[in-house]
Amino acid sequence: MARNKEALLLLIDVGPSMHNVVPEIEKVCSMLIEKKLIYNKYDEVGVVLFGTEETKNELTKEVGGYEHVTVLRDIKVVDGDLLEAFQKLPRGTYAGDFLDAIIVGMDILIKKFGTTMKGKKRLCLITNAVCPIKDPFEGTKEDQVTIIAEQMTAQGMRMESVVVRGGLSGDACQGVLDENDRLLNIFSRRTRAKLSYVESPISLLGALRTRNISPVTIFRGDLELSPKMKIKIWVYKKTSEEKFPTLKKYSDKAPPTDKFATHEVKVDYEYKRVEDPGKVVPPEQRIKGYRYGPQVVPISSADWDAVRFKPEKSVKLLGFTDAGNIMRHYYMKDVNIVIAEPGNQRAILAVSALTRAMKEANKVAILRCVWRQGQGNVVVGVLTPNVSDKDNIPDSFYFNVLPFAEDVREFQFPSFNNFPSSCQPNDQQQEAADNFVRMLDLAPSGKAEALQPDLTPNPVLERFYRFLELKSKQPDATVPPLDDTLKKITEPDPELLSQNKGVVEEFHKSFELKENPKMKKSTRRLLREKPSKSPEGEDHALISVQSANPNSNEHTSAAKVENIGDLTPIQDFEAMISRRDSPEWVDKAIKDLSNKIYDLVEDSYEGDNYPKALEYLIALRKGCVVEQEPKQFNEFLRRLCKFCQEKNLNSFCELLASKELTLIPKTEAADSEVTEDEAKDFLVKREPMLE
Amino acid sequence: MDLDPDEIFRDDEDDFDNGFYQEKEATKEFVVYLVDASPKMFTATSKSEDGKDDNHFHIAVSCISQSLKTQIINRSYDEVAVCFFNTREKKNLQDLNGVYVFNVADRDDLDRPTARLIKEFDAIEESFTKEIGSHNGIVSGSRENSLYNAIWVAQALLRKGSAKTADKRILIFTNEDDPFGSIKGATKTDMTRTTLQRAKDAQDLGISIELLPLSPPAEEFDISLFYAELIGLEGDELAQFIPSAGDKLEDMKDQLRKRMYRKRVVRKINFLISNGLSIELNSYALIRPTLPGAIAWLDSVTNRPLKTERSFICEDTGALLKESTKRFQLYKGESIKFSVEELAEIKRVSTGYLRLLGFKPLSCLKDYHNLRPSTFLFPSDEEVIGSTSIFIALHRSMLRLKRFAVAFYGTSARPPLVALVAQEEIIKSGGQVEPPGMHMIYLPYCDDIRDIEELHSDTNFAAPRANEEQIKKAAALMKRVDLKDFSVCQFSNPALQRHYAVLQALALDEDEMPEIKDETAPDEEGMSRPGVVKAVEEFKASVYGENYDEESDLAGNAKASDASKKRKAAAEVAVKECANYDWADLADNGKLKDLTVAELKYYLTANNLPVAGKKEALISRILTHMGK
Repeated sequence: MARNKEALLLLIDVGPSMHNVVPEIEKVCSMLIEKKLIYNKYDEVGVVLFGTEETKNELTKEVGGYEHVTVLRDIKVVDGDLLEAFQKLPRGTYAGDFLDAIIVGMDILIKKFGTTMKGKKRLCLITNAVCPIKDPFEGTKEDQVTIIAEQMTAQGMRMESVVVRGGLSGDACQGVLDENDRLLNIFSRRTRAKLSYVESPISLLGALRTRNISPVTIFRGDLELSPKMKIKIWVYKKTSEEKFPTLKKYSDKAPPTDKFATHEVKVDYEYKRVEDPGKVVPPEQRIKGYRYGPQVVPISSADWDAVRFKPEKSVKLLGFTDAGNIMRHYYMKDVNIVIAEPGNQRAILAVSALTRAMKEANKVAILRCVWRQGQGNVVVGVLTPNVSDKDNIPDSFYFNVLPFAEDVREFQFPSFNNFPSSCQPNDQQQEAADNFVRMLDLAPSGKAEALQPDLTPNPVLERFYRFLELKSKQPDATVPPLDDTLKKITEPDPELLSQNKGVVEEFHKSFELKENPKMKKSTRRLLREKPSKSPEGEDHALISVQSANPNSNEHTSAAKVENIGDLTPIQDFEAMISRRDSPEWVDKAIKDLSNKIYDLVEDSYEGDNYPKALEYLIALRKGCVVEQEPKQFNEFLRRLCKFCQEKNLNSFCELLASKELTLIPKTEAADSEVTEDEAKDFLVKREPMLE
Repeated sequence: MDLDPDEIFRDDEDDFDNGFYQEKEATKEFVVYLVDASPKMFTATSKSEDGKDDNHFHIAVSCISQSLKTQIINRSYDEVAVCFFNTREKKNLQDLNGVYVFNVADRDDLDRPTARLIKEFDAIEESFTKEIGSHNGIVSGSRENSLYNAIWVAQALLRKGSAKTADKRILIFTNEDDPFGSIKGATKTDMTRTTLQRAKDAQDLGISIELLPLSPPAEEFDISLFYAELIGLEGDELAQFIPSAGDKLEDMKDQLRKRMYRKRVVRKINFLISNGLSIELNSYALIRPTLPGAIAWLDSVTNRPLKTERSFICEDTGALLKESTKRFQLYKGESIKFSVEELAEIKRVSTGYLRLLGFKPLSCLKDYHNLRPSTFLFPSDEEVIGSTSIFIALHRSMLRLKRFAVAFYGTSARPPLVALVAQEEIIKSGGQVEPPGMHMIYLPYCDDIRDIEELHSDTNFAAPRANEEQIKKAAALMKRVDLKDFSVCQFSNPALQRHYAVLQALALDEDEMPEIKDETAPDEEGMSRPGVVKAVEEFKASVYGENYDEESDLAGNAKASDASKKRKAAAEVAVKECANYDWADLADNGKLKDLTVAELKYYLTANNLPVAGKKEALISRILTHMGK
């Protein structure tokens, strides 16, 4: 189990310029540890902080220097305490020197492991590299870094650097940035180091590999260009879905006193005849039946083996074709990567020649692959060039599986040009769409591409591991809502929207959506917000652009209330009646609150609900005045009083009279047909009738 | 919020195990193929490749035959009937003239396709003239109306099952656009009227009638003469009806085949473009791997089906449990419990919508950004009018600006980020090759991507790079082995073909196993053409140098050869050591267990047996090998 054991040292910059991203660093490091606690329990992890107020490391004691580098935790097997440490990292006060931290980190690894664990020792540097490193005693900074990099290689250490840049790094001197970039680049050239720049908190979460999976080849052998020429290749998976962990079923049958209870559930399968369910058939008496139309053909595995398709293990070239012949949407599965056999210079050269020639001519190769001997099928796929832009990384290919004739369902769809003119966008609409597509840009020039798959973590997994940690401390915790950083994966970036507010609104205005009157099913939620002219409406639209999110689990956003609940009915009513996306909301709000009032009055026992009902009624009246809907309110109040009269609930009407709550007169709402006097008399007049 | 609960919890498409790869069959499909067998259908239109006369009848029959084969693999619960009209013989329950319902033993007229049906239908053209015969049923002077009869027969066949649970269709194959053209006067009006009424009655019963028109190259099938009214096309629909054109019959066959399948919507999707603006899309699974059908366990004694029963047993107490609603994960030495609802809640990061996040240039979509087959999106105005117009506008902008949309698809199982790539309609030789719409490509997250490139990066030197000359030679080779008309789905899956050929043979009790041609094998003949051989040799010489033999050269493969050398040496030692023991004697006296595992392994290694397992396993392996 310990074969894949890894020793990881996190070198984290906590200097003042890093403070705004430290929360994200805490999260990504916690995630890393949480996953290790499940999948790599024997891995060892240490943490070195730099830019700290204090200094605490062995080198400073031994040779001096290395100030403001703090070993937060010496390297040891992962545990819950480490996770605690990441709950709140100390914020530093000094500009950190990342090279000092690297040296301290290397020193720890060397002291602990010596030359063992080659290739399993990893340094992980998280910094914004905005502060210059100190000048060395002799030689240039470049020389110093080169020496360290070479030492790293000799010790079999790998390094991963995550450099926080863009909007996250604040103001910094360009000269220093350039110098540091150059220095960090030396690492990736001189040693096994990966360097990634991140410009957003999401990318920071995604930049660090939080789970170590040792890659295995799925094929090693020849790529046969023809019977006369072969290239030695290895094939790995390039993408492979990281699944949601499969949790075990829990049994609570064991007595709580049993400390050693596993609580596991065993699943037992029994096979019974359909005609005679009482009879259990032992598993070895089963035989596989293959369906063919209505028939089921029984064949034993041995017979099947004799007749089934048995291709020879091989990877053969079928030919080359124009890249345009293979459309992107035909890629069927996760992706493989084909590399030349490591260390085989000639194979690397052959692959390099092919990739470069393919890239130049925009061609792809079609291969027929049987990865393993005994595999029951062949795979036909497309090989695309992956020309390396780094000197020490050889060129390689990506391989994507293509569909067979049986896998494609060729449906015919009407041509867009044949649609009626009502479905064709006009020039103005097309222009709005063009602007919309152009401006809602996730990869603007000069800035890092947002939501790059390589740097975007799976929000569901993030959420699971965080919740797991939370539950380990508070067993009865509920699932917390998605945090703001992760929300940027599931929802559009509010900043991007507000920057392009004009374009988005123009797009909205250009198109009209209507509910199909023939459809009974309600599609309210599909209707867009109508552009509003009043200043109040403007405000409202702005709020909804920024904070509304109709899909979130919470109802906090007032703009999107769709129902009047029991907890805060008045607030719900106010929010709903002021919704501007459809006139229906006003009616619905009034109707819903009216029903609530009816219910309260009717269910009241000796008037215990009256105060509440009165409160609602006041809110309803106010809303109707604001929305200039006096008619609805007046009708309702009349109905309510009649209802009270019938049900012998006169006391409620008396209460209304005493509070002077009455019809909405013309003076309050122009549309009202009720005069002020009529309103005044409404309840008073009623009194004699009631008696 | 009043969301449709079905919408939130419906995860048919994205749950890997149930549904993504197997389309959910909400309804069965009942289809009657009505094939015109009038002499006009037999008029030779062109010579096919193998020199036989090709005619429309042949095309129709081979399309149906192909469709039956697909159907038995993919949708074997659908039921089908094949019916000819304008025939000499008659065979139908109503005993109407000019209509012949084709069938085989052990099968209802409208029933699931069987191996026998497929086999006999394959041979129908040979026996057609003798058994069924062609005869134009609509001639002036007689009151017969074979089209009317055919629709009647088809309707009667489709009486089975309710229209709610089954999708009922009649597909008419004909090359006669004006079936009553030869008749004049009142008779014609009368026949037209009754036939249309007949069709309308069928449609009122929930049966859809579709037309698959065939026409000779020069003439166009004029749908307005008669059939538009029969199949109920009006206005825009008429304009959208695609007349089956095409110069080559092969193309026509392709088009017919496409139209024979009912388009199945996988699900309806709300595409939230920005806050408050949401359009309606339908998603279609155009590409999904076809796998050999599910197996059913049978009792090998009786060959009767078995059902599997699952029971849950508590490991600690042995008590029988109901399906547990609690799950746990070991973490920090403790089991952390989750309820099923909590797990569902964690996965629900967004509800059901497809939510637009922004746009990127197409160059940002890398070849390795893929995890599963794509899903096709096409707009629908069924519930929200205006969706199509917005979709078309975005589609055009995305094509023009060479951009794709990034969206979050908030399904409940594994909500992915997706790329929406606009696809322009592509029409080749009269037929649609690529439909217009957007393809939804499932993007990986960083957790799903592996850094393989850096795994073997060389730390000391730069990796070898090909020079101009070598690249030129590679380019020359590429030109030689160019697949000009390659289309992605030109190969049929040999494993699947073999699977079903074997099943068909077994189902029909045939002794001989059929041979299947593996279309995916490289073109060896082409590869041995002198031009190709020369290009290969030149490329080889330029990258490998002269007189280089990959097989014998192990220099570049130092690691592997080291390992194999070690293995060889170990084997030699083992053989030597092995000779020091009297194995037969040790075995007979039960003394093998006194040896160490290392010693036991000498024997195993020397005899090329696996050396894995516990000591007992090793001993029993040795004994078995010695035959004791």
